[in-house]
Amino acid sequence: MDHGDPIYYELFGISWLHVNLSNIMMLTISAVIVFSLCYFSARKISMKPTGMQNVFEWLVDFIKGIINSTMDWKTGERFFGLGITIFLFILVANLIGIPFMIVSEPAHDVWWKSPTADPIITMTFAVMVIVLTHYYGMTMKGPKEYGKGFLRPKAFLLPLNIIEEFANTLTLGMRLFGNLYAKEILLALLAGAGGAWGLSTLFATAPMVAWQAFSIFLATIQAFIFLMLTMVYMAHKVSDDH
Amino acid sequence: MPEVITWGDTIFAILTFAILLALLRKYAWGPVFNMMKEREEHIANEIETAEKNRQEAETYLEQQRQEVENARAEAREIVENSRKSGENQREDIVKQAHEEANRLKEDARLEIKREKDQAINEVRDQVATLSVLIASKVIDQQLDEQEQEQLIENYLKEVGEEL
Repeated sequence: MDHGDPIYYELFGISWLHVNLSNIMMLTISAVIVFSLCYFSARKISMKPTGMQNVFEWLVDFIKGIINSTMDWKTGERFFGLGITIFLFILVANLIGIPFMIVSEPAHDVWWKSPTADPIITMTFAVMVIVLTHYYGMTMKGPKEYGKGFLRPKAFLLPLNIIEEFANTLTLGMRLFGNLYAKEILLALLAGAGGAWGLSTLFATAPMVAWQAFSIFLATIQAFIFLMLTMVYMAHKVSDDH
Repeated sequence: MPEVITWGDTIFAILTFAILLALLRKYAWGPVFNMMKEREEHIANEIETAEKNRQEAETYLEQQRQEVENARAEAREIVENSRKSGENQREDIVKQAHEEANRLKEDARLEIKREKDQAINEVRDQVATLSVLIASKVIDQQLDEQEQEQLIENYLKEVGEEL
């Protein structure tokens, strides 16, 4: 069970720039899958929607609904691209690790896995989202209003408000990572048990199927939660109604 | 877990995300968004047009109904008129016929009267003439009373035959 990571140390000779090649590969594959799906869904769009266009439009409405539930559409329209990209990217990244796992021999490096099962990726997305909320909060409401936001509802809550920002970042990233990591670990364990031949294969198959089914649910719900929280944090920063 | 923080992943993840965002906007949800908006407008337009058409149709229907009502009333009027004029004509004709008949009857009556008067006058003239004639003959012949009587009788018979 002690799988390693295919890390390439000191990229371009920069001392701190290490790269996990597995993450690079899986992120690229996820992005390509997302883009291909969307591209082919939206390739032949017409006034009368058919086939994949319906699915895509349903997705658009779904994202729209989530944004609408947190802020009014006039404010929220600009976040639609962010929302749909976050949702699809994380959803595919979550799902991609479910069917199988590729481990290199003899180094025991994991190549094929969910990139979101790595904290560095989830934290990257989380920090990116929080930074974006601050950016939009500042540009849309002005620096003064943005600064005042930290003094609400009472001035003495300023430390708590600041801590909240870090807590939000951490929980946003760690929630996704924790879920996906647990998913990967359990899948790897079950696969290991099944791979050990003999009777264990028989016993491991049923829980494996069950866990994979649950993983699909989990992957979807986590992507949804990430999107939802992104929009909630965004609304908290850009809306005027509190 | 890797023992170092792989910052390269961070940079790559953000880059990938940004590129994916841009690509999706250009190729996927951008066009779909536009299409959905366009469709929304189209549907709104269609609804508006349908509503307008419906109202127009209703107006037309109302007009047509009015027209039919008018036509019906007109037809009724025409029939009524012709019936009335027929009635009038009939009365006129009957009255005329009556008048004509009366006139003819009157004419005939007058003619008869005139004829009768003429005849009587004629008779009267002839009686006078005959009387003169008889008187002259009586004077001429100087007949006895018996013959004279017979003669008068003969003449009278003659007159009677002539009349």
